[in-house]
Amino acid sequence: MSVLSKSPWVIHYDGSSCNGCDIEVLAALMPRFDVERFGIINTGNPKHADIFLITGSINEQNIGIVKNIYEQMPNPKVVLALGICATSGGIFKDCYNVYGGVDKVIPVDVYVPGCAVRPEAIIDGVVKALGILEKKREQDCGGNCSCSGEGAC
Amino acid sequence: MSVLLQGLLYIVLAPILGGLLSGFDRILTARIQSRVGPPILQPFYDVGKLFSKEQLLVLKSQSIFVIGLLISMIITGALFFAQQDFLIVMFVFSLSGVFLVLAAYQIGSPYSFVGAERELIQMLAYEPMILLIPVGVYMAIGSFSIQDILNSPDPLFFQLPGIFFGYLYVLTIKLRKGPFDLSASHHAHQELVKGITTEFSGPNLALIELAHWYENILLLGIIYIFFAPWPVVAVLVAIGTYALEIFVDNSFSRVKWDLLLKSSWWMTLILGGGNIVYLYLVKQFPALFSF
Repeated sequence: MSVLSKSPWVIHYDGSSCNGCDIEVLAALMPRFDVERFGIINTGNPKHADIFLITGSINEQNIGIVKNIYEQMPNPKVVLALGICATSGGIFKDCYNVYGGVDKVIPVDVYVPGCAVRPEAIIDGVVKALGILEKKREQDCGGNCSCSGEGAC
Repeated sequence: MSVLLQGLLYIVLAPILGGLLSGFDRILTARIQSRVGPPILQPFYDVGKLFSKEQLLVLKSQSIFVIGLLISMIITGALFFAQQDFLIVMFVFSLSGVFLVLAAYQIGSPYSFVGAERELIQMLAYEPMILLIPVGVYMAIGSFSIQDILNSPDPLFFQLPGIFFGYLYVLTIKLRKGPFDLSASHHAHQELVKGITTEFSGPNLALIELAHWYENILLLGIIYIFFAPWPVVAVLVAIGTYALEIFVDNSFSRVKWDLLLKSSWWMTLILGGGNIVYLYLVKQFPALFSF
């Protein structure tokens, strides 16, 4: 395990969620669960983040925003779709303005279903994402992980 | 121990001590908020991770200013711990602040820009007090050399209590602690996105953090010289001051920039200026004070 998975910084974006999942995300960040024990910090800045948490489905309004946030995050990065709306569109799937789940727009690494998703499930999903983050780092480095980023490998 | 060796020791040890101090800071903050908090080595994990991330640059020149910030901060601290001229130390110190502002200004991102503006206001607030420290030191012992300060028989604190407490006031700004944490929003991660460091990612952000660790050790070193003849007391006061800053950080909500500016200038005028006027009167008219 490298330092990468010991300090995952997350950014949270609310797609077109009913706010149920967002409240659970904030609940997971509160002192009771204390995710800073694992080095997790909620940043408001995609350029500092490693993990992208999205709640709610993708619609016409936010498609550009989600792509923009994803592209502004430095590699390696992982995306978590939180809640059933983000994983597949949920009950809003057939709405005229809804594209569907997050994976219609950007590649999703971990799906965490639930309506609303529980804080324990969110933390579990983030821990699972850490393993994927490690794998992505190894792929980026081509197995030679002694080198640091910046396109040196 | 030669002074050169002390300067080199600072360059090697300051990031280690600064990182541990930052880890201690995060644990104490967590305990104040009824949390367990991260491991004490968490800041090292964070910086290590940032070095292994991709470097996203808006402009290539932004790296140059960040490296300038780190180098000028290391030079400041090395000059200080190598017991050179206090006045030079303070001037190079100001330069490092300017590098960070320039790095954030040139990018053109609105968040970064507002962060840089606020950082300039913070510099306006703390610089007068920072410059009064060498002035007070010169009036007290007649030299700007840090070697002479360390060799003086009595602690500077007894001649410069006002300057010491004025320095404590602006130290909150320099350590980027609440209620004066306007430009970087160190704890409130959502405000201003991340202010002055918004547009820095990966290795550049790690270098800024590293410079901040060097800076923190230097700032605590300045507290040390007020109690230099008693090393144990001096170290305890420095650690106590840092703990006090953490408590203040967790106890107050953020102030607006105009209150920050006004209050620090009043503190500088009353505590710093008052101390210097008192010292002047004592030196010029000792008869007045021989009761």
